[in-house]
Amino acid sequence: MHSQATRLCKLTLSPVLLLLSILGNVAWAEDTQRWQINMTPGVTEVGAKIYDLHMIVFWICVGIGIVVFGLMFYSILTHRKSLGAKPADFHESTSIEIAWTIVPFLILIVMAYPATTTLLEIYDVDDADMDIMVTGYQWKWKYEYINPNGENVTFFSNLRTGKTEIYNEDDKGEHYLLEVDEPVVIPVDKKVRFLVTANDVIHSWWVPELAVKKDAIPGFINETWTRVTQTGVYRGQCAELCGRDHGFMPIVVNVVEQNEFDSWLGEKQAKASEIKALMSKQFTLDEQMEAGKAVYMRSCVACHGVNGEGGVGKPIAGSPVATGEVSGHLDSVVNGVPGTAMQAFGNQLNDVDMAAVITYQRNAFGNNMGDIVQPIDVYNFKSQ
Amino acid sequence: MGAHHGPAKGFMRWVLTTNHKDIGTMYLWFSFAMFLVGGLFAMVIRAELFQPGLQIVEPEFFNQMTTMHGLVMIFGAIMPSFVGLANWMIPMMIGAPDMALPRMNNLSFWILPFAFAMLLSSFFLPGGAPNFGWTFYAPLSTTYAPPSVTFFIFGVHLMGLSSIMGSINIIATVVNLRAPGMVYMKMPMFVWTWLITAFLLVAVMPVLAGCVTMMLMDIHFGTSFFSAAGGGDPVLFQHIFWFFGHPEVYIIVLPAFGVVSQIIPTFSRKRLFGYDSMVYATASIAFLSFIVWVHHMYTVGIPVAGELFFMYATMLIAVPTGVKVFNWVTTMWRGAISFETPMLFCIGFVFLFTIGGFTGVMLSMAPADFQYHDSYFVVAHFHYVLVAGAIFSMSAAIYYWLPKWTGKMYDEGMGKAHFWISFVGFNLTFFPQHFLGLAGMPRRIPDYALQFTDFNLMSSVGSFIYGLSQLLFLFNVIRTIVAGKPTSEEKVWDGAEGLEWTLPSPTPYHTFSTPPQVK
Repeated sequence: MHSQATRLCKLTLSPVLLLLSILGNVAWAEDTQRWQINMTPGVTEVGAKIYDLHMIVFWICVGIGIVVFGLMFYSILTHRKSLGAKPADFHESTSIEIAWTIVPFLILIVMAYPATTTLLEIYDVDDADMDIMVTGYQWKWKYEYINPNGENVTFFSNLRTGKTEIYNEDDKGEHYLLEVDEPVVIPVDKKVRFLVTANDVIHSWWVPELAVKKDAIPGFINETWTRVTQTGVYRGQCAELCGRDHGFMPIVVNVVEQNEFDSWLGEKQAKASEIKALMSKQFTLDEQMEAGKAVYMRSCVACHGVNGEGGVGKPIAGSPVATGEVSGHLDSVVNGVPGTAMQAFGNQLNDVDMAAVITYQRNAFGNNMGDIVQPIDVYNFKSQ
Repeated sequence: MGAHHGPAKGFMRWVLTTNHKDIGTMYLWFSFAMFLVGGLFAMVIRAELFQPGLQIVEPEFFNQMTTMHGLVMIFGAIMPSFVGLANWMIPMMIGAPDMALPRMNNLSFWILPFAFAMLLSSFFLPGGAPNFGWTFYAPLSTTYAPPSVTFFIFGVHLMGLSSIMGSINIIATVVNLRAPGMVYMKMPMFVWTWLITAFLLVAVMPVLAGCVTMMLMDIHFGTSFFSAAGGGDPVLFQHIFWFFGHPEVYIIVLPAFGVVSQIIPTFSRKRLFGYDSMVYATASIAFLSFIVWVHHMYTVGIPVAGELFFMYATMLIAVPTGVKVFNWVTTMWRGAISFETPMLFCIGFVFLFTIGGFTGVMLSMAPADFQYHDSYFVVAHFHYVLVAGAIFSMSAAIYYWLPKWTGKMYDEGMGKAHFWISFVGFNLTFFPQHFLGLAGMPRRIPDYALQFTDFNLMSSVGSFIYGLSQLLFLFNVIRTIVAGKPTSEEKVWDGAEGLEWTLPSPTPYHTFSTPPQVK
């Protein structure tokens, strides 16, 4: 009678609870929610272990807090002079003191065990299925897929959120400050090793849902790895102060099925070959202006302005560099201008894009120099 | 010997004074002014973070605000305030007429206004004030730094000199000038914590000086200590900095512990529980503080054996710290407690500092720290221990000893209001920051993704409340000095013990010219 009803309740309840907990995890698996108060267990085994360690330590602290603060608040309420309390005169107890030294020590040992095993797992970068070199730049990330069988695929990943959203002229999009032009794409269920370094100052590559954070240190290469168990899009940010736009260099990782990854990688490799082929092409002025404008809007507009009017960077309209010798102009862009915020773009733009943007700068904004710079010119300049 | 005369008149009194009470007063006023300046920078930060988007300042200036907020608060507000308290209280607590080296004491103070004038003037230099975080990692602070970095380096050298000289003074005073009968294990806890802190300072300030000098060499003289291209290592910077940086946080908090150990017994009307253990625990914390620095660097790429060592050592510090918390609570237990303002701040300290200690234990777990590091979880942790810890302790100290120094009682109602508004404002500001960090918000960013909006808004509102309540404090202090109700009680607080409570209120300009006999 009762027991059968109870058993029926338990039978229906447990799968419901199971479903709820799965749903709860799924809700955490993609983007951070508003009002989120806890760490995400994420979409990796390591992430789940980190989350569990975090929760174990948290609950132990809550338990100790309840005991200690409970005693303190009890004392505050009952051991009051205003209630007529007379103070006791004890002021030491060796046995109690030894006890409350040893017990916390033992609790720490209990915590140290899962902490140690999880750390050893995180440090095991061996037997990866693929390697990606991650380089932090001021203020973007470069990703290089290391391909033992052919061309590496290299691209930069820039913040895509526009200035109009940041400066409150337009409404902010759903992934405000967490969207990029070129995400990192990796296959699901494969061990991906990241080789992390930096080009200038220290950055840090952090994706909470992957539970990966590794500092990007100029001149050194750090190793870390992930194995993502669920397809999806996971977003992170730079986690080491790196100058002006530290808050504006996000990370987006697109985890897809292996076949989707293979075709994406194939496309990228094909594009890289295309660029190589275009090296010897002679473009028309119109072609360069159109291509160059696109490059300008991605790579130059933040500092030099939509109309070449300048800002953080010098104006390009009427600039002595853009209206001077092509070699001087190439030097400024390829090698940067030391002592200023003008970075060296020689490694960041391929020769085709570089030729296009330089042509654009020389002919737009009223500069009208009439030159066309070709990819081979850039190649030759760099080879000097 | 000649007749005693009062203090000199006019401005030159303060310039030339060698009196520990005068110098203590100058340190305290200077530190409060710096507290307001650092607080202003915090207000700019929280105003910008009130909403997503950039509304008020540009990212470059925001980075100057976060950097200068940290530098001014740590080196200009907190540290000088506890040195000021040391100056006022240590001689009186040990029955000495003054500090051992009174002229050096004067120099130690007067260096500071000049050091901070130099640091703060850098806002007006091309490139603006330092913008690389108070932790100033290389190469952001060397190759990529604005010109003001050199002012910053000289400022740090000056402040360091001030601290080192002050510490030498404290050690010499405590070791040599204790009254007959005041053996080490009878010294007040405030004196013990400062004695140990002074040794920490002497040990690590020179390391900071070395660190910034290497920076100076890299920037101006072509060396490559911190540049890989020249054969150096940016991580070397972090090791040297944090070898100073970790003991530094104990330098800040140990005197705060000492204050709480004085005040809780007074208002519990019961002796401090476990005095001997409190001394040993403080010494253990100080020793351990030298071997844990890498916990600030868990994501830098330390080999796993090193990472494990530093994790275990860091976890260990929880033990002596826990002992201290238990001892404070046990002091209150079965006491006869009253809740004047100093006691309120101390109870607030025990509660909130311990919460900061718990998040410290969480942070010590290296794998979990991979998710906490450089997020708002860390910001929440250190503000709990620094603000609800050190600053609450300093507030308690001022309310506790101001009647002794001035012979006037502060307004108790206003004091309690200051406590409660601070308590609410502080928690509203920093508790939500735990959530922000766990949800993935990095530190030192002027703008954030939309899901972080709600807790940032709460935090900013809290910060304005907390900030305004400090003005209430200032008003209460000034009003007390100018027009407070006079008290001539030696024992202002009926439960107070210690040599300072045998002196008249206000304390005479010179005290214990003849040492007392301590039983």
